[in-house]
Amino acid sequence: MTALIRLSMTVPGMVRFKLRQRSLFRPLAALALLLLADVVAIPGFFQLQLKEGHLYGSVIDIVNRAAPLILVSLGMTLVVAARGIDISVGAVVAISGSVAALLTGGSAAPQLPLMVALSVALGVALLCGLWNGLLITVLGLQPIVATLILMVSGRGLAQLLTDGQIVTIYYEPYFYLGSGYLFGLPVALYVAIGAALITALLLRRTALGMFLRVLGSNPVAARMAGVNTAALLVIVYAFCSACAGVAGLIVSSSVKSADANNAGLLLELDAILAVTLGGTSLAGGQFNLAGSVVGALIIQTLTYTIYSLGVPPELNMLLKAVVVFAVCLAQSTQFRQRLGFWKED
Amino acid sequence: MRNMPMMASLTTAALLVLLLAAGASAYPGFASIQVGCNLLIDNAYLLVIAVGMSFVILSGGIDLSVGAVLALTTVLAAWMLQNLHWPAALVITIVLVLGSAFGAGMGALIHYFKLQAFIVTLAGMFFARGLCYLISANSIVIDDAFFTSVSQFQIPLFGAFVSPGALIALIVFAAGIWISRCTPFGRAVYAIGGSEQSAEMMGLPVARTRVAIYALNGFCSSLAGVLFSFYMLSGYGQHAQGTELDAIAAVVIGGTLLTGGSGYVAGAFSGVMVLGVIQTLIAFQGTLSSWWTRIVIGGLLFSFCLVQRMLVAGVGGASKKR
Repeated sequence: MTALIRLSMTVPGMVRFKLRQRSLFRPLAALALLLLADVVAIPGFFQLQLKEGHLYGSVIDIVNRAAPLILVSLGMTLVVAARGIDISVGAVVAISGSVAALLTGGSAAPQLPLMVALSVALGVALLCGLWNGLLITVLGLQPIVATLILMVSGRGLAQLLTDGQIVTIYYEPYFYLGSGYLFGLPVALYVAIGAALITALLLRRTALGMFLRVLGSNPVAARMAGVNTAALLVIVYAFCSACAGVAGLIVSSSVKSADANNAGLLLELDAILAVTLGGTSLAGGQFNLAGSVVGALIIQTLTYTIYSLGVPPELNMLLKAVVVFAVCLAQSTQFRQRLGFWKED
Repeated sequence: MRNMPMMASLTTAALLVLLLAAGASAYPGFASIQVGCNLLIDNAYLLVIAVGMSFVILSGGIDLSVGAVLALTTVLAAWMLQNLHWPAALVITIVLVLGSAFGAGMGALIHYFKLQAFIVTLAGMFFARGLCYLISANSIVIDDAFFTSVSQFQIPLFGAFVSPGALIALIVFAAGIWISRCTPFGRAVYAIGGSEQSAEMMGLPVARTRVAIYALNGFCSSLAGVLFSFYMLSGYGQHAQGTELDAIAAVVIGGTLLTGGSGYVAGAFSGVMVLGVIQTLIAFQGTLSSWWTRIVIGGLLFSFCLVQRMLVAGVGGASKKR
């Protein structure tokens, strides 16, 4: 037993799966069902081809497009675990994309080095998160109202920066983030998985995970126990916006432009969906990072399946809704009791 | 004993008066009754939605599907009027019943299977919008005689005029206040919002009340859809995008806490009016490009919440439960 625990300390990524097997089971089962439907309905779904050193295939497409959603879901998981919500992530995606596009000049030879431009964009995203956190902790606004303010004005700010135009990016190295490949797999995937692993490490190897759970379960008790709840909340919201900032960089890099109006539209809803599908409760107090990643993959696979099956795009929303209902019902113990299926675990 | 919800609602009313005064002093045409009536006419649908949303939020829940149900109502009504040529009264009755049934369905899912309201109503929103696009991807123009005559009808009021929609909205608002204050249902709503467990132990019919709350909200959303189709004379799946957040903002600005159990339905009126006045001020300013409009609305929302918090905190001093 102790050997297993010691092993778990050294291999956090893998053992998260082992220890959380039961809570991850349902999201994984839903994803597996979707993939099964894909294999049956779409010929050559799991086919992978190696061309010019890149891996091509439906699965690669899905994970590439899911990368921004995975990143935003990571941040959203922590915010939801702290009993909050952040609906401004879509606006932050637009803002960070616009800032990066502007700083890389709109010409083939920008004035600033790439790293500086990326850092500034990330810094702006962090500032947005700090703003949210301060509104909630210092002013005591409710999270949905505080983030609503940024959601409404954020897009306006992004449009102000780009003067209402779509800024095209011509600087080649910038495309590496969204469209580049490393050892055959998309760079965006590495960024998303890397962020997930770093977050998981931080939450398990430091006291942050425990503090976050305590904060979400009972904020007053947490404060009285000596946890700096205000600082923790600010950190969590800043982290969420930073994740959205990275997602914004990936999005603008893959479309090679910054569209302040449409970048990240409705992304917050997809992120909250992914988080809940993954098993994190909106009531706060616990979080399931791996589940959120799986939830994001479920949503992206669903979108891809709908388009590949030739289902008219009008049915996209309808099918998404049905799948969400089905997964939520499957996760509800009351529903399972009524069906007489699995016993409550 | 300091009454926190009362202070918040009064603060909003006071700030609304301030906004109106600022507008009247800055723009000569602002201080006219017609401007006030236009506020009512343009935001009639939002007022009806905000009344329904107040009940949901007072009970501790949330409903993100209101805009989608509104759009679905307009599309259904337009489709039935234009393609089936059914009489307007029948069409209106059908959509109201369907809206209530949709709401009741979501309420049942939320209560009996203990699902989270945010997710169920979010999925409901996708479902309703999906249905809209399934029925018709394009906008359907309504040219039914009843609808066009209602849309153009003007009710005189103090030298200006209001639309029948605004009058209906005011009636719904008054009814909402009466239901929340003078009926056992209203008391049950507050009790559930305060503590669902205590409400159950007290013997209140929590299941029935919860389903009824969401059914009432569905009814208000579809009624708002009917008002909206009077206003726009068309059914379109993209109507009322973002209305759910407007409604939540209006309810919260009006002093209702999102955690439930605290606030007044009457606050929804001042919340809707504040949002409407902000839009009117921007329109009167006239020179702001569309993105400045968003920034200004966000900024005004922020200052509003800031002043409200400062006033309430200065008077009450109680720490809010998060």
